[in-house]
Amino acid sequence: MISAENLTKRWGDFTALDDVSVDIASGSLTALLGPSGSGKSTLLRVIAGLEQPDGGRVVLDGEDVTRVPPQRRGIGFVFQHYAAFKHLTVRENVAFGLRVRRRPKPEVAAKVDELLAVVGLEGFQGRYPGQLSGGQRQRMALARALAIEPRVLLQDEPFGALDAKGRAELRAWLRRLHDEVHVTTVLVTHDQEEAMDVADRIVVVNEGRVEQTGAPRELYERPANGFVMSFLGPTASLEGDLVRPHDLRVSSEPRSGALEAMVRRVVHLGFEVRAELALDDGSSLPVQLTREEAAALELAPGDIVWVGHEGVPIAA
Amino acid sequence: MRDDRRVRLGLRILALGYLAVLLVVPVGLVFYRTFEHGLAPVWSSVTTPAAVHAFWLTIEIALIAVPLNTIFGIVTALALVRGRFRGKGAIDAVINLPFALSPVVIGLALLLVYGRGGWVHLPFQVIFSVPGMVLATIFVSLPFVVREVVPVLREVGDEQEQAAATLGASRWQTFWRITLPAIRWGVAFGVVLTTARAVGEFGAVSVVSGRIAGQTDTLTLLVEKRFQNFDLAGAYAASALLALISLATLLAMTVLKPRKDRG
Repeated sequence: MISAENLTKRWGDFTALDDVSVDIASGSLTALLGPSGSGKSTLLRVIAGLEQPDGGRVVLDGEDVTRVPPQRRGIGFVFQHYAAFKHLTVRENVAFGLRVRRRPKPEVAAKVDELLAVVGLEGFQGRYPGQLSGGQRQRMALARALAIEPRVLLQDEPFGALDAKGRAELRAWLRRLHDEVHVTTVLVTHDQEEAMDVADRIVVVNEGRVEQTGAPRELYERPANGFVMSFLGPTASLEGDLVRPHDLRVSSEPRSGALEAMVRRVVHLGFEVRAELALDDGSSLPVQLTREEAAALELAPGDIVWVGHEGVPIAA
Repeated sequence: MRDDRRVRLGLRILALGYLAVLLVVPVGLVFYRTFEHGLAPVWSSVTTPAAVHAFWLTIEIALIAVPLNTIFGIVTALALVRGRFRGKGAIDAVINLPFALSPVVIGLALLLVYGRGGWVHLPFQVIFSVPGMVLATIFVSLPFVVREVVPVLREVGDEQEQAAATLGASRWQTFWRITLPAIRWGVAFGVVLTTARAVGEFGAVSVVSGRIAGQTDTLTLLVEKRFQNFDLAGAYAASALLALISLATLLAMTVLKPRKDRG
């Protein structure tokens, strides 16, 4: 279990962490989600001991490690750009943590073989990092971090340097790996889809504060505030309320509580149909309909419709 | 297209011609004049007791100055790039001082500090003796390693060092296993430049050596002394020996460089 207690960190005038408290359960896969500059990476680096907080404590399994240097925290850290040791082979990179601990050679060799198999790099052990693809380098960095059998695995934007296809593959792979290895994992991301896909729990961070913590579905369905709601998915603003575009109901007849609107644009995206409505006050409202709903309404630009929302709105 | 090729060819000839006139021809001439009358006179000229002593003194001074400047250079570069302290800018500027000052001025400065009636009195003789020459050589060749290593350290960044720390490496282990291998070509190039300067230094060493034959003459001083005494053949022979030391340094670096790093 990792506990961050009232962490504060300032860089000059900029407050990166403003009284942040987070509990991360053992064995979980938690995502720290937030826009860039929200303080999520700083939080990760403070947990790892790579930055000293100005205030607050970091507690690992009941032990206050705030003043413990990173060498003795037993934390595996995967850097955003992997920080591969360029002059060492894949094998030597993975073995590094064990070699500096002066473990016996046969033990190191066995452990490294095991990890190379886990990350699927058996055939690449003699290569240098410069000869690997981005995804392979990422997996090497992961194996290197896991070699020291860390209490906690921290990953800073693990998919940030990959292309779209590589991201999706590695995401699924990482999820499977976590289910096998079960090491408590915290990863930082600015991509809500990535966080919802891979994590059991999400901590939404904004402007150095924690906005909300919970399971992905919980956050999507019951966001604590407008920021969480708009960060986790598309939103539409209706009479001062934030709602999801797919929670808006459109009808061709007037009904109570619905507002009159004119269809401006209709876009067919296969299963889903997106329409842009213009309200009386001139503001525009995005709505999301199923293909069947759109067909029944026979939506076309210029039509007059009535729109109201279902679901739980949030004050914008 | 044809014009383009002609321009390129012209530029290439200009660059090579410039190099030839200013570098290759003079150095080549030294070798030509040295071996003009065969090997025997050269051999006898570089094996006189004065020449042998000058050769070993040159090597001795380089062997003291180069390692000291290398260690100092790496430590200082690390402090300048990774450290957070006041006065960094001032230190950075002071390191360049030996580049800015004329070597003769550096020699005179050492004379004022360590010479007779100077500020510092040591139990052994500094000026007109080997310790002074070592000091002068260290002074003039001080900035090379720092200047070569600082940009490399900046470019490498500190992420690999942080990664080593999270993997449990102590600072010392991180330095030997991560930092030093990452900057090794910067260090190597700095060492070659330091060696070349240490071996070839004339001005500062000349002021503090006192030019005692067979005692405080280095190879460069010997070249000039023979030249002044109208012993041109002797001067050429000693020059060729100096050039061979430089070539050996460059060669050592090329041989040591592993294949995968070659351009």
